[in-house]
Amino acid sequence: MLVFILKRLVNAVFVMMAVAFLAFAIFQVAGDPVEMLANEQMSQVDRDALRDRMGLNDPMPVQFMRFVGNAMQGDFGMSYRNNQDVIGLIAERFPATMELVLVATLISLVVGIPLGILTAIGRGRWYAEGLQFLSIIGVSLPSFVVGIMLILVFSVILGWSPSFGRGEVVDFGWWSTGLLTPSGRAALVLPAISLSLYQITLIMRLVRAEMLEVLRTDFIKFARARGIPRHRIWFRHALRNCLMPVVTMTAMNVGALIAFALITETVFQWPGMGMLFIQAVTFLDFPVMAAYLVIISFIFVVLNTMVDISYAIIDPRLRSAR
Amino acid sequence: MSRQYQTPAMTPAADARTPSQETGRRVKWRESEIYRSFRRRPATVAASVLLLFLVVTAFLSPLYVPQNPYDPAQLDLLNAEIPPIWQADGQWPFILGTDSQGRDVLSAILYGSRVSIVIGIAAVALSLVVGITFGLLAGFYGGVIDTLLMRLGDVLLSIPTILVAILVSSLVRQALPASLRDVGAAGVLVLAIVLSSWVQYARTVRAQASVEREKEYVLAARVLHVPGRRIMLGHILPNTLTPIFVAATLNFGMAILTEATLSFLGIGMPPGQPSLGTLIRLGNDYLFSGSWWIVVFPVMQLSLLVVTVNMIGDWLRDALNPKLR
Repeated sequence: MLVFILKRLVNAVFVMMAVAFLAFAIFQVAGDPVEMLANEQMSQVDRDALRDRMGLNDPMPVQFMRFVGNAMQGDFGMSYRNNQDVIGLIAERFPATMELVLVATLISLVVGIPLGILTAIGRGRWYAEGLQFLSIIGVSLPSFVVGIMLILVFSVILGWSPSFGRGEVVDFGWWSTGLLTPSGRAALVLPAISLSLYQITLIMRLVRAEMLEVLRTDFIKFARARGIPRHRIWFRHALRNCLMPVVTMTAMNVGALIAFALITETVFQWPGMGMLFIQAVTFLDFPVMAAYLVIISFIFVVLNTMVDISYAIIDPRLRSAR
Repeated sequence: MSRQYQTPAMTPAADARTPSQETGRRVKWRESEIYRSFRRRPATVAASVLLLFLVVTAFLSPLYVPQNPYDPAQLDLLNAEIPPIWQADGQWPFILGTDSQGRDVLSAILYGSRVSIVIGIAAVALSLVVGITFGLLAGFYGGVIDTLLMRLGDVLLSIPTILVAILVSSLVRQALPASLRDVGAAGVLVLAIVLSSWVQYARTVRAQASVEREKEYVLAARVLHVPGRRIMLGHILPNTLTPIFVAATLNFGMAILTEATLSFLGIGMPPGQPSLGTLIRLGNDYLFSGSWWIVVFPVMQLSLLVVTVNMIGDWLRDALNPKLR
């Protein structure tokens, strides 16, 4: 068991080092940072001094290790664009993205699981097949298309909800939340729905597949033979056996959702990390791009490793298999 | 998943009815599981017809659309923001209206679809080549190559695909000289999509190849001193094709989506030669000005394209999966 956990951890560290290397490589593509920082009056001597001070004359491996060391302390340098501390910029935007992602995840569970049960137990009926068909459309529609259509219908035509921004926010220390003000909640609705749609269809399809499998097993047949009411079998006995993979997928997808949120954030002008990243891409603000890449991958890797390890704790068969 | 599911054996009845080779093949096709399951699902038939229609109209569009939307000389600012033909101010020949540059929306959509489809096909084809090559090498030889390739895959998979695509697209474009950026935009997009999607094929092929490697027919081929390359391409590859085929169809939809997303975010096709994603990005600014047609029609075309492709992919996955029969 311990060996398994250690292996997963080593693997996670290896992946993070590789990601850090990719992030480091971004700067090599970026061109000479001295040229970006220097103004036109700077003499060659000053430039050389700056280069030396930034450690750009050191060999590559030394520079890389320094980058990793700084990154582990949360130091990703200064933004090229507005000379602010990169990690501060990201920390400021982090709550907005997390709130959006968590609410979207909640919506996808609350809507996706019942729809999945419905399509499984009504298999062959018109409503179940209809929902199954709709789920293909849900998977296919790009999230920016969903966002634009929601804005068109609910903001432009009906005028029900705001189409951009986050509304009023309340600060708790470094965390800011929009959940406590009416305008904050109203602003959250459309982006959260638009982000959750893809996830809803995924969960719905997963629950359906799992339910169909569980309903075929002997213990369900036995429960039926005992005369236990059908809805009790479905919601009590069958559903419980489906939830494990759903929880796993939801946990693992939080990382992907944070990354995907950058599209939703762009459409709705939501002031989160993703919008910061897209602006950084447009303005070639390489420190912000590198930091975003490392942080997102870190969340991704931590979630995956945690899921793997908790699986091994719950299910001993997996320990030897990997 | 073995090969027999791809081309089910001919039934005796079909054999009796068909003396010549040609008609025999046709009957075999008609009686095959695939064809029957295709006919059983009217939605899939409809999706295929619609997709064919979309592709044909897009590729033949230069023959019949009123203007070439890529040629600035044909755009007239006096024609800007004309609504679709069925509205009061609509004007012939701008059936779906025009955008702020005086660009005919219908022409732009059809040309844009062409760009999206070509990029999608090129990206899928290239990631197939890369993925299959690496997957075969890793699965067949194992050892160091396997470890290296799969570790590289691990790293790529631990970064969300959309992020890989965005980073590759923006950095490669940055590395290109300014004069090549617009010309090379399509190539950069293909590269970005390939880099973010080849791992999936490589894993599928590798898993299958490492199973096939242990089978007797491969052993037999080895005993006969068939070279490794021929065993891989001639013997193992055909047995891995079914799952690859399904993945490729679904990934074609994904590739079109990724291209559209990158273009929408402003790091894809330039406004001068817009793809559907670029058109949606440009039109998005007019959402509130009342000129809804600039954005709604490209959105509809893109959705139709991806939905039909995914419906066919979804059906293929079920039809080629022996477990579901």
